[in-house]
Amino acid sequence: MSNIPSELKYATSHEWVRAEGNGEYTVGITEHAQELLGDMVFVELPEVDDEVDAGEDCAVAESVKAASDIYAPIGGTIIAVNEDLEDAPETVNNDAYGDGWLFRIKASDESELDNLLDAEGYANSIDED
Amino acid sequence: MTSKTVLHAKHLEAGAKMVDFHGWEMPINYGSQIEEHHAVRQDAGMFDVSHMTIVDIEGVDAKAFLQKLVANDVAKLTVAGKALYTGMLNEQGGVIDDLIIYFFTETQYRLVVNSATREKDLAHIGAVAADFEVTVTERPEYAMIAVQGPNAKAKTATILDEQQQAAVEGMKPFFGVQADDLFIATTGYTGEEGYEIVVHNDGAADLWQKLLDAGVRPAGLGARDTLRLEAGMNLYGSDMDETVSPLAANMAWTIAWEPEERDFIGRAAITKQRAEKSTDKLVGLVLESKGVLRGGSKVIVEGGEGVITSGTFSPTLGFSVALARVPRSIGETAQVEMRKKLVDVKVVKPSFVRNGKSII
Repeated sequence: MSNIPSELKYATSHEWVRAEGNGEYTVGITEHAQELLGDMVFVELPEVDDEVDAGEDCAVAESVKAASDIYAPIGGTIIAVNEDLEDAPETVNNDAYGDGWLFRIKASDESELDNLLDAEGYANSIDED
Repeated sequence: MTSKTVLHAKHLEAGAKMVDFHGWEMPINYGSQIEEHHAVRQDAGMFDVSHMTIVDIEGVDAKAFLQKLVANDVAKLTVAGKALYTGMLNEQGGVIDDLIIYFFTETQYRLVVNSATREKDLAHIGAVAADFEVTVTERPEYAMIAVQGPNAKAKTATILDEQQQAAVEGMKPFFGVQADDLFIATTGYTGEEGYEIVVHNDGAADLWQKLLDAGVRPAGLGARDTLRLEAGMNLYGSDMDETVSPLAANMAWTIAWEPEERDFIGRAAITKQRAEKSTDKLVGLVLESKGVLRGGSKVIVEGGEGVITSGTFSPTLGFSVALARVPRSIGETAQVEMRKKLVDVKVVKPSFVRNGKSII
């Protein structure tokens, strides 16, 4: 079983969300997701100031195996993207919950967080895969 | 029920992620496919290729049989140990399989064919052999380890005995020699120097461990695929199959047209294709911007459409390359349909990396 930190929220599509205070949230993909995808070779990120809806595809993680859409777990405005991934996409493999983060969102409606899973719920959802 | 090679336990010991590869449980990687790829390009890596099928051909008609069976001509083989790459065709000129033939004497040859095609290959070889005085013997008691990379030979040398070292000393590319209990060949599927070593099942785990201790890094099927694709080597089932002519698969160089009277299986069909230039051809595609070309994608060229037969991210080059079967009218650029968008790609010869360096 891969690592699923208990302080994060999760989408069934394998994104994680970390609250940074001030209505800001960091988003990445889970360790389980990077294991499924294999070595990452390109990461396409949204633009800062892009407006996204919850569930909208807004990034692409391309690995040796496949290209996968990344969905915004909550709606809002993109306020930062992890530009280091441009030269080092493997960071997503090596540190999925840390330096391998993808983008930060300023939530437009924080109640959307209630639609996400906690660690236990996510663990159950990937058991069913 | 999947088969396991005799090295299965060694793979698990090395942390392999195992997958079902045409009925064989094989390592796809041992953590990072890209690191394994670089180990082979820059140092030395090893692959378990024990799933491949070794077939020995013996008998007074062995040479005549192989001259009928395959498109290349074993008459080219005159020095003991010399190897030949060739296609085995059907009457329609499609490729039943690609294989390597090692020559020992005119009555003794060894074939190494693919694992995914084992059953149909053995059936076809057996059927053709019925008209010749030869015995066809599969050798499942042998395992095979490919050691590849610029330091592969030097690292392997440290675990060979004196007699074996003497046997492989100065051996040219595409040769094989029986050295004591090992059959050691200077062949491979990576575009690097190295050996393919045939070892009895009983000694395979020990040989694997010795190579590991000598600093050779285990590499999985994932790296094997990116390495062979960079080297422009075909993968059976992707780049060609029974419906594809060798002329459409960059295998024209493996067809021996002379002497004209040699009537190998498929000759009539491909002779006609050759005269009429009626087949597609295999080219290389290069995408220097972001994204990865993938097998099965449509390729739009001047005067028609083709298909990507194999595509990948090239770890050595840092961008994506592919092999594509396309109309002969293709120019210097083409467009590939990627994730619903058309992307411009460069058209090159179907070979990208040799001995660690770009040859685009």
